[in-house]
Amino acid sequence: MKITVCIGSSCHLKGSRPIIETLQMLVKEHGLSDRVHLAGQFCMGNCQQGVCVTVDGEAFSLSPETARDFFENTVLPRL
Amino acid sequence: MRMFDTYVQKLKYMVLREVARHENENTLQDCYLDIPKLISPGPESTMRCCIYKERAIVAERVKMAMGGNKNNRNVIEVIGIACDECPVSGYRVGPDCRGCIAHRCQAACPWGAISFDENHHAHIDPDKCVNCGKCASVCPYSAIQSHVRPCERACKVKAISHTENHYACIDETKCTACGACVYQCPFGAIQDKSFLLNALKIIRESDHNRNYRVYAVVAPSISSQFVHVKVGQVITALKELGFYSVIEAALGADMVAFKEAQELAEKGFLTSSCCPAFVSYIKSSFPKLKELVSHNLSPMAELGRFIKQTDPDARVIFIGPCTAKKAEAQRETVREYVDCVVTFEELQAWIDSRDLDLSVLEEGVLDNASCFGRIFARSGGLSEAVSQALKEQNIDFTVNPLVCDGIEECRVALLKKQRNLLKENFIEGMACQGGCIGGAGCLTHGPKDKGEVDKYGHEALEKTIFDALGQCCWQQDT
Repeated sequence: MKITVCIGSSCHLKGSRPIIETLQMLVKEHGLSDRVHLAGQFCMGNCQQGVCVTVDGEAFSLSPETARDFFENTVLPRL
Repeated sequence: MRMFDTYVQKLKYMVLREVARHENENTLQDCYLDIPKLISPGPESTMRCCIYKERAIVAERVKMAMGGNKNNRNVIEVIGIACDECPVSGYRVGPDCRGCIAHRCQAACPWGAISFDENHHAHIDPDKCVNCGKCASVCPYSAIQSHVRPCERACKVKAISHTENHYACIDETKCTACGACVYQCPFGAIQDKSFLLNALKIIRESDHNRNYRVYAVVAPSISSQFVHVKVGQVITALKELGFYSVIEAALGADMVAFKEAQELAEKGFLTSSCCPAFVSYIKSSFPKLKELVSHNLSPMAELGRFIKQTDPDARVIFIGPCTAKKAEAQRETVREYVDCVVTFEELQAWIDSRDLDLSVLEEGVLDNASCFGRIFARSGGLSEAVSQALKEQNIDFTVNPLVCDGIEECRVALLKKQRNLLKENFIEGMACQGGCIGGAGCLTHGPKDKGEVDKYGHEALEKTIFDALGQCCWQQDT
């Protein structure tokens, strides 16, 4: 699975770094490093909905507060 | 409102703006011959001996704005007919010589070039004089002055001489493309080729970023430029011009600092590789020291590479203060990462060719890099960043940097290194005075520029290099 987090300036200021850190930590905790690939992308063209995240191409809107919930309820069931 | 330092810059800007305007309207091929008349309407000439010569020179500038002589690989070119053939006589004793009896000038001259006539007036033997300037510095009446041509004086790597017909000429084997001569020639007779048309073509053929996405990589020295508006408004303007996304080159600087710290600790001695003019100077004038140059790409190229990893279809256009970056982007090792280089001067022309009023635009955002990446733009910043990167990676190595501000200081450091007399273990080489903020492609240069860069550095959201790299999922081995 490929999770891409928008790291464009706008999403960066809205907190893409804490989101990436949370996801990295959770992926590691669950021992999923081989199955989940985390990557950055400079702008996904949807700055108003930031922080933009895609899972295998499907778009989601996150904030640092919802990152854990997103991982548990969206990422894990798809694996 | 001061837009440029000199009228030469303004003239170049007007030509670029008109070329870009015609290109936008798809009328360039039909109309480029009309541009000289538009710039110099006449009937009286305002810059040269007659209106015909004036327009002929503008026509040459149009050619430079459209990419210059394709057969000449150097990005810096002499516009022969614009060269005023300044007198060439080096140091001369002027009428202020009082015929004193101290003869400090004679005592100061190591070459025995000074003699005195029957009125005790000093004379310099041009065959013996090496233009060291020692006599001028000791004359109590300041009667000895340098009449070295401004271009030759600007070129500290001594790549400029003159032909038999007194036109300036560039030794391509020595030229580092730093652009000092471009900025200093009072007649604008030396110019950097513009690749603005390439940039416009890349944007146009992207079809509104549908065929591929075009990324602007902006140098941190932008903080000292466009002083009459906010940096955020320039970012919005870039989006209006058709860029998909605007990214700080300073993030590339964070990556470089991170890797450079490791390489330095491993090898024990390095010279920086960020400034393309400095690297080119080492290759041409100190080939024995070539291996000591850091093997890292420059921040521009490093970031270009990373962008193309995240988006394989990306096109990258670097926007900065530097003419030597134009040469760097042509290098075999950099070409695939950076598609085009545009200077701040050229960006201003591009913006105005579209009649965008920056002052009414909303402020966009530009944020990714750390404070340390951002201060690369001024002398000393790179050394601070490498020192920080060593600390953050817990590498047990103490960097003892020699910060070389301007190519002359670089030369002294390299000479010392060559003779094993250098006690420092890292040379930060910047060809331009002050660092990148002194670049020839800047709109303006001023004493407050360094302060602006530092202020911009402190505004960065990420306070450490590690954080800046973490936020973009950058991994060193990829």
